[in-house]
Parts: sequence; C-alpha cells; structure tokens
Amino acid sequence: MSYTALFRIWRGDKGEGSLQDYSTQVNEGEVVLDVLHRIQAEQENDLAIRWNCKAGKCGSCSAEVNGKPRLMCLTRMNSLPEGEPVTITPLRTFPVIRDLVTDVTYNYVKAREVPAFRPPEGLKPGEYRMTQEDVSRSQEFRKCIECFLCQNTCHAVRDHEENKKYFAGPRVLMRVTELDMHPLDTLDRQELAQEELGLGYCNITKCCTQVCPEHIKITDNALIPLKERVADRKYDPLLWLGSKIKVRKDAD
Amino acid sequence: MSDYVKLSYDVVVIGAGGAGLRAAISAREAGKTVAVMSKSLFGKAHTVMAEGGIAASMANVNPKDNWQVHFRDTMRGGKFLNNYRMAELHAKEAPDCVWELESWGALFDRTKDGRISQRNFGGHEYPRLAHVGDRTGLEMIRTLQQKVVALQQQDFKATGDYESGIRVFAECTVTKIFMTGEGDNRRVSGVLAYWRTTGEFIVIETSAVVIATGGIGKSFKVTSNSWEYTGDGHALALECGGSLINMEFVQFHPTGMVWPPSVRGLLVTESVRGDGGVLTNSEGRRFMFDYIPEVFKSQYADTEEEADRWYTDPDNNKRPPELLPRDEVARAINAEVKAGRGSPHGGVYLDVSKRLAPDVIKAKLPSMWHQFKELADVDITQEPMEVGPTCHYVMGGVEVDPDTTAAVGVNGLFCAGEAAGGLHGSNRLGGNSLSDLLVFGRRAGIYAAEYVDAAATKGWRPAINENDVTDALEWALKPFTMTGGENPYTIQHELQEVMNDLVGIIRTEHEMTLALKSIEDLTMRIAFLNTTGGRSYNPGWNLALDLPKQLLVSKCIALAALTRQESRGGHTRDDFPMMDPYWRKVNLVCTVDDGELVVEKKSLVSMTNDLQTLFDEVELGKYMTAAELDTAGQGQK
Repeated sequence: MSYTALFRIWRGDKGEGSLQDYSTQVNEGEVVLDVLHRIQAEQENDLAIRWNCKAGKCGSCSAEVNGKPRLMCLTRMNSLPEGEPVTITPLRTFPVIRDLVTDVTYNYVKAREVPAFRPPEGLKPGEYRMTQEDVSRSQEFRKCIECFLCQNTCHAVRDHEENKKYFAGPRVLMRVTELDMHPLDTLDRQELAQEELGLGYCNITKCCTQVCPEHIKITDNALIPLKERVADRKYDPLLWLGSKIKVRKDAD
Repeated sequence: MSDYVKLSYDVVVIGAGGAGLRAAISAREAGKTVAVMSKSLFGKAHTVMAEGGIAASMANVNPKDNWQVHFRDTMRGGKFLNNYRMAELHAKEAPDCVWELESWGALFDRTKDGRISQRNFGGHEYPRLAHVGDRTGLEMIRTLQQKVVALQQQDFKATGDYESGIRVFAECTVTKIFMTGEGDNRRVSGVLAYWRTTGEFIVIETSAVVIATGGIGKSFKVTSNSWEYTGDGHALALECGGSLINMEFVQFHPTGMVWPPSVRGLLVTESVRGDGGVLTNSEGRRFMFDYIPEVFKSQYADTEEEADRWYTDPDNNKRPPELLPRDEVARAINAEVKAGRGSPHGGVYLDVSKRLAPDVIKAKLPSMWHQFKELADVDITQEPMEVGPTCHYVMGGVEVDPDTTAAVGVNGLFCAGEAAGGLHGSNRLGGNSLSDLLVFGRRAGIYAAEYVDAAATKGWRPAINENDVTDALEWALKPFTMTGGENPYTIQHELQEVMNDLVGIIRTEHEMTLALKSIEDLTMRIAFLNTTGGRSYNPGWNLALDLPKQLLVSKCIALAALTRQESRGGHTRDDFPMMDPYWRKVNLVCTVDDGELVVEKKSLVSMTNDLQTLFDEVELGKYMTAAELDTAGQGQK
C-alpha cells in the first residue's frame, strides 16, 4: 500500500529560501511528519524540523501543509489528495530560523505579560475547594498545547508585523480568560487585556478556533466572554462608579 | 578554535521537564540564580506525555489511604528492590507537592465535595492518582512553566530583568559537565552547551549541576518516548565520574498502540484500565486472570464476577488483574501474542466501550478518544483498541543520596526524576513518576542551593580548565571535519533494532551477548559520523552528538541485564525465569573506569524495622532470604 509522493519543502534561513522538491515513499497510516523524517534520514540529514512527541500532545511540529496551518504529526497522508505534490512551509507569522523552524519568541514574551494566578491570601495548600462545574470552564483552555497555530493564523498579526507590539494574540488572551474564570483567582486582568494586550484587535472571525488541534472554542468560549466582561465593566454605569470609589473592584 | 560565550550561574539545571522545573523553582526560592537547559522549547518536555495522573495519598476518595499504604504499594511494585528511603520520602511528601501545584494554579478534576479527585491505577491499593482527564502531564508542565514565569515576573519587578533569577535556555543542549580538582576535592565547575538554533556554544560556570534529563527510550524501536530521550543525563553523569544503578530494569508499558505502523508504540494510558477497560485475546478471553503471580494472589480477583464488583464495592472485593503492575501485564500480553492469540496487528484488545457510556469515555479519556480517532480511524466509544507493549521508562539511573539527591561520587552533582535510580526498584507503578519529579525535583533544588552556599564559604568554586573546554569544543565539531563518514540516522536506526530485538521485554544470555557485540561495532562506527550543512538548526549534527551517549547508556543496559541472572520487574530472563531472593539484595552499579565500562555488585541497604512491620511476614518471605527474615524478626523483638 506504499506509494511515492512528491514533497515541496521550503528550505532556507532568515529571509532567503525556496521550495525544493523531494520524492519519497509513503506507507499506510503515515502522517506528514513521518514522511519528513524519512526525507531527513535518507536524503537531507540537516533538514530542520521542530518536533517532540509525534502524538499531538506537545504542540511542537506546527507548520503549513498545502497552505493550511497544521500539526504535522496529526496530518494523515490519506487526508491529502494522492498524486498531487504536498507543499510544506514554515509558519508565516513568525521569523524563520531555518527550513521549517520558526522563532516563536513573540508568544513567550507576550505570555510573560499576563500576571500569574493569585489565590486568596491565607488559603493554605490542601484547603482549596472547587466544584467540577466551576473548574471545567478554565480546564477547557488549559487543554492548550501551545502549538501557536492560533497565533500564526490570527489575521490581526498574520501579515501585520506592526500589530505584534500591541496585540498579544488569541492564546495569550485565552490565558486571561482562563484566570478570570478560575474559581479562586483574585486578580483583575480585564483592563490589562483591553489596554495592554490588545483585546480590541480581535474581531471574532474565529480563524483561531478553526485551526486549534485541541478543538478549544477559543472565540466563543474565551474571547467573546472576555470582551463581554470588559464591555460590562466599561459601560455599566454602576460598575464604573463602583470601580471609581473602589467598592466593586473584583466585580465580574 | 571556535568561539563561545561565557556565563555564570549558581545552579545549572539540565532538563526542563517536571523534575528540572521543580528543581529550578526551589533553587530560585532559595535565592540562587538558575540556568535551565532545555533541548526543546519551554513547556514541551516529555512530561507533557504523561497521561494518567500523579500518585499521592491525599485520601480524598478512599479515607483509608495514607503514606504507609503508598509506600507499601511502591515497594511491592518494585519487587522490593527499591531504595526504601527514597520510597518513604516519596510517599510522605507527594501529597504536599500536589497541593502546592494547586496553589500555583493547577486545576485538577474534582470530587463531589470539591477536593482533588483521585483515580485507580495499576498496583495502587486505593484510588490515588490526582488527574486532569488523561492529560495530567500537560497540566503539570504548564503549571510549573507558569510558576517559573511568576517568579520571573517578581524578578522583573525587583531588577527590571525577567531573566535575572531564572533563565530558560530553550533549544540548548548540554554536551559536557566540567570537573576541576583531584581526589576528594574534585568538583563540578561548569557545563558546555550549544544553541540548537544557531549552533553557537556557551560555557556556563557553576558549582552545582542538577541532572533532570529523563530517560533513554529513544534507543528502542518501539517506544512511547520522544527524540529527546537519548539518555543524556545518564551519560553525562557516567562521564564525569558518577555511577548508574538498576540499568537492567526497563519498563515496557503494556499498552502502546500497535497500528498503524507509524504510531506503533504511542502510549495508551493506563487510565483506560483504571476506569474499567478490560484486556481480551483473539478468543475473547480476559486472559489476565491466567497471569496473576503467586506474590499478588491475595490482592487480585480470581473471577470476572468479583473483578466487576470491585468497581462499585472495592472494600469487599479484590481488584481486577488488569490492574496488576505494568511488568506483569506487559509480559502477559507478550505471552498471549506469542501463543498465537493476538489481534490482527500483533497486539491484544483493550475495550472500554462495554463498560462506560460514550460521553463518559470522552470526558474521562479525551486524548485517547482523539488519538485513536485521528491516527487509527478507531472510535474507542464503540470498539476495542489494539494494544501491545512499548518501551516507556527506565527504572535505572544515577546513583544518588536518597535525602539530598546528591550523585554518589561527584561533588556538586545532583539528580532527580527519571534520570535518577533507586525509587522504583525493578518496576515503577503508574502515577509514581509525576510524583517522583515533584518530590525529588524539589529536594534537588533545595540541596543544590545548600551546596552552593557551602561552596561559597569553603571555596568550592573551582575554575573550569581551559584545556577541557578546547577538547570538548573540538569533539563537538568533529562531525563537520569528516568526509565520506556514516549517516547518523542509519546508526540510530540500527541501535534501535538491536535494543528492541535483543534487549527487549524477554531476554536471554545469547541475545544480549550479540547485542553487546553490535553495540561495540556501532561505537566504532560513530567515530566516523558525517555531518552535512551548517551549525544552525541542524538535526543531523545534533544527533551525531547524542549518539555516543545513547550507545554508552545502551551498553550499560545490556551489560547489567546480562549480569543479573534472575527475572524481576522490568527485567525478564528466559534462561532465568524465577525471582531469586539472593538477587534482591543486589544493585548492579555501572561506572566508567579509565574509559572502560564496569558493572559491579553492591548490597542493597535494608529497610528499617518500622517500615518492615508494614508488611506481613508471609509476604516478605516471598521476596527475602531466610537469613534476612531472621535478622528482621530479631530487630522487631
């Protein structure tokens, strides 16, 4: 059940590079990453690929397969049209280091700007009590494997390098919602999300949700609720007054 | 000669998985500057692959649980070859370590009264594993990653520099630990590493190094382990004068995927069995009832009826044999397949669809549902999975002091997690790995920091010998100077075949002798490895530097396995099929002496009397010699 496939792989570093053709065997049940590994082992030992678990759990092998942002370890060869070349290019939104490997520092820098979980003072480890219903909401977002496909796909920064300074991207904003919905977190990050992390840049086109390999409903469950909370805060006169006289600081 | 950048940190942690990050956190909290060296991006370490949970006797689900029961289960699982003190510390400290994760933001699944939920697992007497569906490892690595970031935020407030306290060197591989001095005064002085992104070198001066590099599974063909698992820490420790123990004990997880071929070995979590999944052969028989060994007869059900009742009434029924320790289940599956009762692709069937409703399966085992759906076109809510053994974990590792994690024989070296040996004895229980990372990662950071303080007052911060740096750089760049040499991938594939076929789940003297010969040949051939391309993100070159470590550690495994003439835990000899009380008292210790690998016997330290009283004499009689029991009995009087 093997066949020979043509792979067009982007090779090069920094700005310089081009698609190069490789012809190789494909076996039953294989994913794109298997085929790249075969090319690497047999033809091009220095072909740069970033990967770890090959099981869809670590989020390392993100790239664009025929122009679609995907995890290469979860892209079955039989999901691609047989007989047509398979084009593999690096993530477009991040600078290329070499071949299919990009510099994803942007995502780590933005993540560092979100203040960490802050439990109530005096609550000792072992004393935490939360219901399953209450943790489930944030648990959905903690399924995130940080593959950065959402960050790569979001049109606010894809092809808009200038926006990166002002916009932290869906993954990072989802982290804000995750903490906001954590039953025991005490810190308010809503203003930060709006003013510093660029929540307003998101215009809910759901591109991020479409590419998420964990099937997290990023837009519906994380970004829209965050926008609603921020809007409530900003435009509800009672909350506005409360925040000014500091009696409702932790209001939802 | 090549340039390098020189840096200085109080503590260098090699590895950014659970143990490494936990060590970095406690070293930083003790006021030390810490460099964390990671072969991958931050947050991608192999810990993310852990699925089932963290074992800790919090007694949230069954109030009878406590550290003594956890200790007893761990010793039984390891067939009493464990370092008892490590098992004791591990069982005592695991609950606090889990609660600490919660205080850093981890969100575990809950019980009805709002506590951390705990699930059943092989070899654990009570439901004990804190979990988040079947992605517990991801929750743990992310929580630790976010705790590191929280500390960096504190440091930023204080100094204006996020990386002033902890710096994570992502995609940066350590190739050498430098030692300086002679005799008792020979001490760690630094490390050499290269950035995978650029190929540039850095030398870090330090007085304390923590090895937290994980395991060795990438030397086996069928494995659940990622490319990173090349035994780096094991080899680094050997090369700088440390010793490895228990290397013959390799855990083959009973349930890896067997089809399609490209995912062969990929892990199928033990939670499937913990939550009610049963194993059957091609004849539809629940064969595990035929494989309950004598030592476990009193704890496991004899009939399917009793096993089924256990799920709802664990106090009055014995456990199903699907929940025997991993070594037993892996051997049983292997035997069924060999006897011609396997599934079409050479495994057996694991079925959870008959016991749990589809929506429950998707809630409790979401990753498994996706994994089978996306990679094998199998819907596990409707049909059984095909599974078979896969190389998963090495019980052996760096010989350490149980309390401080200090590596035996190397001043300034510490080790925690899978890279350390002793805690799990001859076989690790599921769930005991994540707790191991936390308990001993924490200790490694604390005691490394303590060593740094002692080093400061006692003048134990020797300079790195410049000649050593020059030699190490020359070695690392050698593959670029070769022309017409061998392809490193070819060598790695051959090693994986050798280890899988000849030093795998069932071993014989003849096959291991052949394996050692093959490893010798491969070791000769890696002197002539060829590297194409440049130094920037060049996986071929990186592999050429990993291979000598893989070969050295593989040799330890084969040599120790050849020496141990009995079957116990993760070491099964076809030619010595029985467990032998004589060998229970023996650790096999690997060291490198004058460039030669040596294996020596060393007596195991006996359990203290108060711990021994946790077991009844009949059970101990199955493991210990009459003389040992006599001594213990006298001690108890």
